[in-house]
Amino acid sequence: MTATSHSAPAVARIPRWRTVDIVVTSVVAAMFGALYWAWQYMPITQMFGFFPPFAALLNTVWLMAGPVGALIVRKPGAAIYTEMVAALFEALIGTHWGTSVLVYGLVEGAGAELAFLLFAYRVWRLPVALLSGALAGAAMALLDVWIYRYYTGWSLGYQLSYLAAAVAGGAIVAGALSWYLVRAMAATGVLAPFASGRRQRLI
Amino acid sequence: MTLVLGAPVVRRRGGTLNPTSKVLAMAVVAVPLFLSTDAVTSGIMVAVELVALPLLGVGPRMLGRAGAPILFGLAGIWLANWIVSGNLSGLVAVSLRLVALGLPGLLLVVTTDPVDLADALVQRWHVSPRFAYGALAALRLIPLLIDEVQTMRRARRARGIGAGWTPVSWARLTGGLLFGMLVQAIRRGVRLAAAMDSRGFDSAAERTFARQSTVTWRDHLFVLATAIVVAVAVAVSMATGHWHLLFS
Amino acid sequence: MSGATLLARRWGWRYAGRRAWAVGNLDLTVPAGQRVLLLGASGSGKSTLLVGLGGLLHGQESGQAAGELLVDGVPAYEARHRTGFLLQDPDSQLVMSRSGDDVAFGPECHGVPPDQIWPRVDEAMDAVGFGYGRDRPTAALSGGEKQRLALAGQLANRPGLLLLDEPTANLDPEGAALVREAVAAAVAATASTLVVVEHRVEEWLPIIDRVVVLGDGELVADGPPDEVFGRHRDALERMGVWVPGTVVRAAAPRTVATTPVLRADAVSYRHRGALFDAVRATTLSLRAGEALAVVGPNGSGKTTLAMMLAGLARPRTGSVLAPDANRPLHRRRPASLVRAVGTVFQQPEHQFVRSTVRDELVQAPKRLGWSAERSAARADDLLDRLGLTVLAEANPFTLSGGQQRRLSVATALSGAPPALVLDEPTFGQDARTWRELLRLLEEVRDAGTALVTVSHDRAFVTALADRVLPMADGMVAA
Repeated sequence: MTATSHSAPAVARIPRWRTVDIVVTSVVAAMFGALYWAWQYMPITQMFGFFPPFAALLNTVWLMAGPVGALIVRKPGAAIYTEMVAALFEALIGTHWGTSVLVYGLVEGAGAELAFLLFAYRVWRLPVALLSGALAGAAMALLDVWIYRYYTGWSLGYQLSYLAAAVAGGAIVAGALSWYLVRAMAATGVLAPFASGRRQRLI
Repeated sequence: MTLVLGAPVVRRRGGTLNPTSKVLAMAVVAVPLFLSTDAVTSGIMVAVELVALPLLGVGPRMLGRAGAPILFGLAGIWLANWIVSGNLSGLVAVSLRLVALGLPGLLLVVTTDPVDLADALVQRWHVSPRFAYGALAALRLIPLLIDEVQTMRRARRARGIGAGWTPVSWARLTGGLLFGMLVQAIRRGVRLAAAMDSRGFDSAAERTFARQSTVTWRDHLFVLATAIVVAVAVAVSMATGHWHLLFS
Repeated sequence: MSGATLLARRWGWRYAGRRAWAVGNLDLTVPAGQRVLLLGASGSGKSTLLVGLGGLLHGQESGQAAGELLVDGVPAYEARHRTGFLLQDPDSQLVMSRSGDDVAFGPECHGVPPDQIWPRVDEAMDAVGFGYGRDRPTAALSGGEKQRLALAGQLANRPGLLLLDEPTANLDPEGAALVREAVAAAVAATASTLVVVEHRVEEWLPIIDRVVVLGDGELVADGPPDEVFGRHRDALERMGVWVPGTVVRAAAPRTVATTPVLRADAVSYRHRGALFDAVRATTLSLRAGEALAVVGPNGSGKTTLAMMLAGLARPRTGSVLAPDANRPLHRRRPASLVRAVGTVFQQPEHQFVRSTVRDELVQAPKRLGWSAERSAARADDLLDRLGLTVLAEANPFTLSGGQQRRLSVATALSGAPPALVLDEPTFGQDARTWRELLRLLEEVRDAGTALVTVSHDRAFVTALADRVLPMADGMVAA
């Protein structure tokens, strides 16, 4: 039996987003958007959301969508897109940050995206995920403290500790946790249409 | 259909503003507010917005309901700054700014049907239809996933898993539920994408539009008026000496 | 609009990551306008063939092809936009929130001029007999109506080939009938070629004129329905096909013990914000080793009643009690509830909480405080009885539909509860899994466990139940 494989041209080109990439990142983003919305009302966020650097740590939950989206579909722009769409959904549901979350989504997503870009979108392992989370955390701190100036009353020391906590927390929560989450999903077989789900042995 | 809790959008074809006009207004409003954080610019804008919103379709009740979270957030910020440093200067300006930035977005969210928004973005601003309609379709899956949560909670109870008294067990239960939802979300997303492709979503043909997104004189007037208000606010602020460039 | 011709010439397909070919060396010719029923056991390659005809098997990522598969003389992939594809799950096929917009989606994608789109939409909605207007929200439709709308969405593209992959598997009998009518009307109006994969064959016979059977990726039988079913009856039954004319044996009358296992005392239920009860005051008691079936149309309250019996829904009035504790079931803590009653949900995946099959089975015994040895022994026993030993370390989500169903029943039984509540256990199952499930439940029942089943499946109810409780409008019909 002669086998003909449908082969892609040998020249590497920017992989195009398939419909399934778009829809899945969108729905994952929507879920995170809902999670984000709920997270701001959690008792723990209410009670402890005021003390830096603890506030920074809690806020890193809002960074997860980007890395998760990128790790699932492994396409350029996935981190920014997922984070932005999550912010959009969060805003749609009704958030007290108003539509400034959209700016957050863009900048935090860009931070997360940068890590994957630095590795030419070819490495999707844990270290890159950690970097992605860390950069997103830095972006968030930048926005919170210096651009939106929510914490104008804080001294420089507090502000810097916020930054440090955001970077560390980002790496752990938005980086490592996201990575483990995607790995667990791959184990269920649901990521079969994506490269991230395809590391199974021949059955 | 909106996601603002409990509020259905009254869909009025024609006679309403094109969604892109609202987005444009949001951007126009944001420009000066990013450049300066003084209370005068923000204050004027907030005042005008509060007057304009009911005229544009966001009645007081809706405004209260959708705007409540903003006030809630403001309380949080005041508390944060007060507890940590007791320094409340500058917070008035920040609060006003937050409200000024948030209200136009509220207009968009409360009065726009997502389908109209997608149509407008694609037809007027040439956003890629694959992304706009792909995201729109994914949005439709959300209510289904929410329904499934209840089933999944019952299913876990039936398996003997309940929210224990400790935060740890609560975290485990919620984490498990979230994971289950995420798996279902992806599975449905994959199937939906296949269905969309089978309907021709990935065809190379140029897409046409069953619903036309139109821009009328009302839209132009609205954007122009917004720009004027912004200019006036900035002028007043500069004239009274409150204008303070952010990065200077 | 005319039907497409299909040609498979030594066609084969192997999925990426698999060693075996899903379909191998297939030769098949289908003339324009013919209506074909495609049958085969799970894993026989029938879904692969269908998906291949739809042009969706493409790209090095998905797998490897051999031979040719042509639709109207061109490779299936290139003809895929002239092909309509209807899947099992109605919710995953509707794209837009309003019915008319959804049907218009296909024409929009194909670049149909705007002034022609809405006439096509109306035409397609008429062709399937869709009963509502364009602005009807899709979320407000029943399952059968959603499938009809999905079919209209496909028809709006004027396809020459219609492929249906178990379109009625997730629907109740009324919904299934709606869909069949719509398909019959559609093919009559458009003369397109039709290929259907379905388990419940009998109701489709009037619509089709040819039956093709696949086994292990190869052609096993091909011809007019009478001939195929006449000649290959036994082989087909073994494959899990519901051969028309199969008679299901009714449950033999048995004497049932009188030990009560569950008692519902005047329980009623009202949904939050509703004006009327979904279930009106109902009293019943369930005895050990008894199988009770609750039947009725959609909205009759049967699932809600079952959820109350399982302790998963809070009754508005009355309570459900089990003999081992004084607290009503809905107020018992989960670990305590599991001691009294186990529940099997309609979709097995909703109940999976662990990452291996074995862990799933050990979970309930551990919760109940059994020793590690006893739990492990119970798990092994169940694995063996259900033929899942080989899969003990696999992730539950990776199991096939039938395997997941067996696992979900096993997990409900793993704590050895005296009562078991099952919600539509035979939904979407082929005949083989159906028979296995029946056998398993008969064993369980005979061993003394009480069963409550909610089911649309008449054959299943006939074969298993000692007592049938028909419901309508929230009340037990006399």
